[in-house]
Amino acid sequence: MARFGMVIDTARCVGCMDCVVACQTENDVPTGFCRDWITTEVRGTFPSLTMEIRTERCNHCDNPPCVQCCPTGASHVEPFGRTVQVTANRCIGCKACIASCPYDARFVHPKGYVDKCTFCLHRTKDGKDPACVTVCPTHCMYFGDLDDPKSTVNQLLTSRKWHTLLPEAGTRPRVFYLT
Amino acid sequence: MLELTTTRHNPLIDPSLHVWGWEIPVYLFLGGMVAGMMVFAGMAMLKTSKGEDTRNFFSLQTPLLAFMLLNVGMVALLLDLSHPLYVWAIYITFMPLSPMAWGSWVLLIVYAILLVSALIRLPEAWPWIGRTLPVTQKASDWFVCSPARMRALAWINIVFGVAVGVYTGILLNTMVARPLWNTSVLPVLFLVSGLSAAAAALHLAAKVFGKRPAPQGMISGALAALGQPLGPQPPAPHTAESLQRADIGLLAVELVLIFLLLIGLVTSSTSHGAAAGLLFSGKYAVMFWVGVVAVGIVVPLVMQLLEMSHRIRHTIAPAVLVLAGGFALRWVLVNAGQASAIVSAAAGR
Repeated sequence: MARFGMVIDTARCVGCMDCVVACQTENDVPTGFCRDWITTEVRGTFPSLTMEIRTERCNHCDNPPCVQCCPTGASHVEPFGRTVQVTANRCIGCKACIASCPYDARFVHPKGYVDKCTFCLHRTKDGKDPACVTVCPTHCMYFGDLDDPKSTVNQLLTSRKWHTLLPEAGTRPRVFYLT
Repeated sequence: MLELTTTRHNPLIDPSLHVWGWEIPVYLFLGGMVAGMMVFAGMAMLKTSKGEDTRNFFSLQTPLLAFMLLNVGMVALLLDLSHPLYVWAIYITFMPLSPMAWGSWVLLIVYAILLVSALIRLPEAWPWIGRTLPVTQKASDWFVCSPARMRALAWINIVFGVAVGVYTGILLNTMVARPLWNTSVLPVLFLVSGLSAAAAALHLAAKVFGKRPAPQGMISGALAALGQPLGPQPPAPHTAESLQRADIGLLAVELVLIFLLLIGLVTSSTSHGAAAGLLFSGKYAVMFWVGVVAVGIVVPLVMQLLEMSHRIRHTIAPAVLVLAGGFALRWVLVNAGQASAIVSAAAGR
């Protein structure tokens, strides 16, 4: 069974927000909310500065605290692709998962249940890439099976240097950033 | 230097997490107090089973008070839910890793324990109930006339009381993303604070309700049963005094636990140090040091010590302050805890 992951080449990301808009359109994300977003990180002191632009979303962690704390099992690991999903009609809206997420990737949908990035489950089930990946104009995003050594994502992770977000949280995130 | 800019703008999440408002502190406070009341009720039942002063039996009415307070707490909890029509989803499954699932199931059992503990007391407190419904009298006798059954009920109260008190802390404790809560002192602190709030509430209720005569009759008697949870029988003088003595000890332990909590955070990782910083400066610091530590613990502790040694008049002031402090503790920890976050190890690069 596949274990989906995402690789983002920060050397190519320009922060155009096409992925954000594509997600909002594809997933009917309500106005004022976002399942993915752009973070710009500037380091150093002028004039020696470095900048990293990256697109962020739910990390679909291997050790997801949001799934552990959910009292109903609404927040769960989907057998297909091992992604973290929320079943709306099992969610009571206690918001424990939101508080337990180190990435603040979740939010309360105006309809009351908790919502977040699904890695476009409805598309990946059809064998397609998530919407954000397909629209990226700089082709900086890659999606695939981390358990398959021949997949593009694995090839990139073995050949390039990368980092994940807040590895010290111990959640084993599955969105990787090439540097 | 590190500068982070994000385009994320989700309500309740940005700029800093604030998903839980007043409802959760209210629920945690009342839940902790109910937990403490169950422990005290259990202890009083143990005394009763040994055949001590039956007026200690008044503590058996504590479950009724606890039952009403728990209902208020549950209403607060329901108000917090953003998808409340699906609350049944908790009870069609059991998630062993979720403290909230454990708590939900334990609360069901607690409701049953409180009801049984409260109902067996009714016929004695209000004889008309026993006359009208002989079955309540029979059920009451079945329990009260058997020391073994009283002892069993007492221990069930104590064990589940401790379970509820500890669970409210574990609930926050397990959230990896909020460093302020990542301390094992928290469940113990919440338990001790719940016990101290319960002692104060019982002390207060004994003072306020204890002296009034019981209304009679079907309707006024029933209303009295609801409005005067500690019943018409005044508690023995030594009961109020022993509650106060217990509270002095509990407040002292609470001070030590808060000290340990701060030491543990300050000497831990950058994230935990920063989380402790939320209690030393910023918008929660005043509430923490003045509301929780000074007004909620130190002042009532000193006042009760002076009262015990008869240097000042006995008043209900310390009990009121302890209750306010107990709520302030939940309020500060829930709010500051949400604001705390993991500091990226790469930030200093």
